[in-house]
This record gives sequence, structure tokens and C-alpha cells, in this order.
Amino acid sequence: MSVDLRARLGHAVLPNPIMTAAGCGGAGRELGRFFDVAKLGAFVTPSIAPEPRAGRPAPRLAETPSGVLNSTGLQGPGIDVFLTRDLPWLDQQGARAVVSIAGNSIEDYAEVAARLADAPGVTAVEINTACPNVGDRGLMFAAHPMAAAEVVRAVRAHTRRGVPVLAKLSADVTDVVGVAMACADAGADGLSMINTLHGMVVDTTTLRPRLAGVTGGLSGPAIRPVAVRCVYQVHAALPEVPIVGMGGVRTGLDALELVLAGASAVAVGTANIHDPSASVRILRELETALRERGIARLADAVGLAHKPAGTLIRRIDPNVGVGEPTEQETLQ
Amino acid sequence: MTDSPVQVPGTLLTLRRAGAYHTMTLVAPGVAERFRPGQFVALAVGGEQSSMLLRRCFFVREVKPDYGGTIEIVFSVRGKGTGWLAALRPRDIIDVAGPLGRPFPLPRDPVTCVLLGVAHASAALFPLAAVLRQRDCRPCFLLGGAGSDDVLGARGARRAGDSVAVATRDGSLGSAGQVEDLLPELIETAGADVVYACGPLDTLRTVTRIAAGYGIPAQVAVEEPMACGTGVCMACALPVVGDDGATHMVRTCVEGPVFRGERVRWDDVGTIPFDALGAPRALRLGERP
Repeated sequence: MSVDLRARLGHAVLPNPIMTAAGCGGAGRELGRFFDVAKLGAFVTPSIAPEPRAGRPAPRLAETPSGVLNSTGLQGPGIDVFLTRDLPWLDQQGARAVVSIAGNSIEDYAEVAARLADAPGVTAVEINTACPNVGDRGLMFAAHPMAAAEVVRAVRAHTRRGVPVLAKLSADVTDVVGVAMACADAGADGLSMINTLHGMVVDTTTLRPRLAGVTGGLSGPAIRPVAVRCVYQVHAALPEVPIVGMGGVRTGLDALELVLAGASAVAVGTANIHDPSASVRILRELETALRERGIARLADAVGLAHKPAGTLIRRIDPNVGVGEPTEQETLQ
Repeated sequence: MTDSPVQVPGTLLTLRRAGAYHTMTLVAPGVAERFRPGQFVALAVGGEQSSMLLRRCFFVREVKPDYGGTIEIVFSVRGKGTGWLAALRPRDIIDVAGPLGRPFPLPRDPVTCVLLGVAHASAALFPLAAVLRQRDCRPCFLLGGAGSDDVLGARGARRAGDSVAVATRDGSLGSAGQVEDLLPELIETAGADVVYACGPLDTLRTVTRIAAGYGIPAQVAVEEPMACGTGVCMACALPVVGDDGATHMVRTCVEGPVFRGERVRWDDVGTIPFDALGAPRALRLGERP
């Protein structure tokens, strides 16, 4: 049985649902040394700001149980170098580039979006809403539905109609559904979730914070249940809005979990640090997992966890490694 | 970037303990044949379901063509990850990515080279010495460490080098003091044309200054902690002056680990220099906030 893995995000149809997560896969060339980046559904770039950014001082990374805490400060080349060096490379490889954009003001986001509008090879734009808003005492845009919606509106206005705009949300809010609804109302074609969770590590030998930036963003399998919860809640509230699920995905079954919760596509982040060929492996594993469960189309599995037990699924015997389809099948 | 690295399941061949160090030989086909001196490998630790997500990076001390290609690394147990490595047994499988990073540039002419290494970082110098020998260069070793236990490969250096001098901080082997204190005399007596060095940042900074004083290049391999080894995580950024004269925060694992010593802004390591490309705007000189 061949599995139809196509994933739809607004106007964009991806051949498969696996992407890299912004800032976790380099600019493309790094992972391109280990596998063909065009094999992925999409390649998500690090967050691009109008100007180059040097990032934060070292130490920038700390290992935590099943997680990584980072404070890299969105080091990046800025939009000019990105457009002349990184984006053309992805285009040459035949990769579908989803460009993550960052800024400290609405104008920053609008500027980057406008520059991208004329560039070839942009499959989608993803807004990193976890940046500090200088106009609001450095509070991140994602923290407030109105601020997040304003960014989405500005980026949507500067992006071509056929290019979907995804709003990447933070789970560090009281009501992620409220922010998601505000972004969707403002014109977001899809939602990416979740960004890293705010965390901190104190070194018990030096008796000081482990990161130079003191606090950082927590990622990795440690945060996966939070991601699954957010995707589930938002899909329940906005079933028609496609979601890119991310947060601690390490295996094909992890990816499937997010799909069942409501994600139309899945991004692989911290796993790339641990295993540079993780995303292509996860793609293979996801396809096998779907086949084992008798699911012929990925789209059929999206949000399945919301439906009553027994819907659309051929049960597999957990003891059988390769799932032969069984007779017990109930269609909706 | 040079030839593409590979990611292979490495098979543990031998694991020996010598002094403070563990020496591990892995069968890692594809890594050994691509390897050039100065490059490193990144190992995943803790097995497939590991809770330790960062890779551990090690310089390669030796490669051999046996069994389809073996690599030898040297490490000391400093945490859970290296503890896991030290407890492995022959035939255990370890995920290896490599060879990674920019190798040592090699001289075109048969010149005299000083190879200065401190503690386990000296490992990177041994494959370099072998290649220099093939090019009729004269490698002269300077090895250092905290104590005699901490000096790596003094015996091997006698075979591989034209001369070996050792210094330990506690004076238990060779002369007492920092190994870089021996550098000026060696440069003068041997008539050295280039210095290769590998060790802690303080040592590399001093080596760079001394080499500059004699007007000879210093090629240094930096041990800045790396977390992925492949260039995706941005943990190992170092302030380095580029060909354009501007300071860039560059990744040790991709643009390094070998740098020309005078290009690294040693005094600013651990900071974002105010004049670095993309440094926070409010701190940049001559610009109103």
C-alpha cells in the first residue's frame, strides 16, 4: 500500500508533511551535506531580520533532561545576504523554502515580508512572533492576541496572495487558542506551534546561570506533551486552519502524534542537533507508521484524535511489527 | 567547507585507559578516508532513546585503513556523556558524524613546524605530524598539561617528531610551568616557520602573540564547546575577523576549528564585540541610538 503523504498549507501543497523547524536546521547547506533537502516537504529557514544579527554571547546552549535550552539571540545574516546567498541555494536544490521572519517592530516584519515578495523560491512565510516588541516594553508579540494579529496583518499585506503566511505561536501564554484565533482572523493561512518554552538552568558548580543570556528557550522531547496539547486545543477551536506541529519530534510516531492531534504538517527541530539525518528518517518512519495503521492518506489522520474511537482506523495488533491490514474497518 | 562528512554507525573496536585518558578506536567506514588533520568527529551519546541531545565532539588522533577505516579519539570523563562512552564495550555501536570542520592548512615547502598541544587537545597534532613528515617538513613537538598524567602522547611524539619538549604546571614531567613558555626558545633554536597549536583559549592566545612577535603564522585549533558539530545549533560562535576586515560571530564547528591565530579576537571571546557585524545597535559607536 502506498501512502499519500501530501500536506496542504493554504495554497501550498507539499509532497510530504516533514519540515525542519526554524533555526534548527541551519541555512540548508549544513544538513544538505547529510541528505537531499529537496526530499523534505519544506525547509524552514532560521528567522530572518532586516539587519544582520550577531546573536548573544556564549555560552548559548545547555543540555537539560531530554531537552536543550538555548539563547542564541537569532544570530543571522539579515535579509540582504539571505536573498543573495541562502535562498538561491535552497531554490537550486529544488527545496521548498519556508522563510521564517523576525523583527522588533511591526515595520521590521513588514520590511522583510516586502523584500521576500519579489524573491523567487518562497513557498511560504512563517512569522516568528516570539520576538521582543520594542514598542511594548520588550514583551513578545505572541504574548498578546492584538500584537500578534497586527504582525500577521502587516506581513499578509506585503506577501503575494498565493504564498501562505504561517504564524508561529508560543505556548508561554495563558490562552493559546485566543492568540491563534486572533492570528487566523488577521489573515494567517496557517499556524505553527509551538515555539520554545522559556526556561533557565543554574550551574551548581559555578553557582551562576548556565547561559550568558540567563534565560533561554527550551526545546526537545521534554516539551512534546505541551506541543501536543496546544495543537489539539487549537485544532478543536479552528478545525479549518492548517497547523504545522512542532516540539520535541524525534521519531515517526512522535510526528504521527502531532498529526492525530490536528497538525497537517510536522517540523523537526532539536532532533537535527542530535541526529543530522533525523528529518528524513522521521519521514520514512511516519510513512511506515501510517501504512501499519492502514491509513492511506495522511490527510485522513489529521485531527483523528478528536474523533470517536474506532473512526476510520484499522486496528493493528501491537505485537505485529508489520501491520497487515485487518478486516475491522469502520468508515465515518 | 571541504568534502562532505558522513554519518555512520561506528563499531567500538577497543577502549583503553591510559593515565587520565580513555583511548577509543572505532570502525567508522567513510570517516577515516575523508579525514584530514585538524578535523573532528561528533558522537551521539546515550543510545537511541538518549535524554542527552547534544553531540560530543572529539579531535581525531589517528586514522587507519583497517576494517574499512578506523578512527581513534582520546577523552577524559567529564560528565554523563563521556561517562557513558567510557562504559561502552567492544562491538557496541555509536552514531558517528564526521569528519567535520576545516582542517589545518599545510605548508607547500619543506619547513620547520612547531606543534604545541595542551592535555587531550594534543590529539589533533599527531595526524598532522604524520602528514607534515610526508611533505618533508620537520615537526617539533611541545606538549603540556597540569601534571604528568595529563600530558598526552609524549612517547608517540618522540617517534613522530624531530624533537619533543614537555612542560607541566606541577613540574612532574619536563620543565615546570606553561608549555607556551618554551615556545620562544624553540622558535629561535629550530628556526620554526609556522606554529600549529591546540588547547585552551588562554594558551592559544599566548601562542598567537608569541608567533606574531617572530613574524610567523600560528594555526590554532579551538576547543570551544560544540553541541552539534554540524553547524545547525549556533552554540560555538567565536568573534573572528574575516577577510573583509570586519568581525563576524563564526561557528567554530564549520568555519573552524582551525583559525589563523591573529584572526581570533581572543580578548573578546565570550562576548559580542561592539563592532561585530550585527552587534546590538545601541552599543555601536558613532551612531545615535
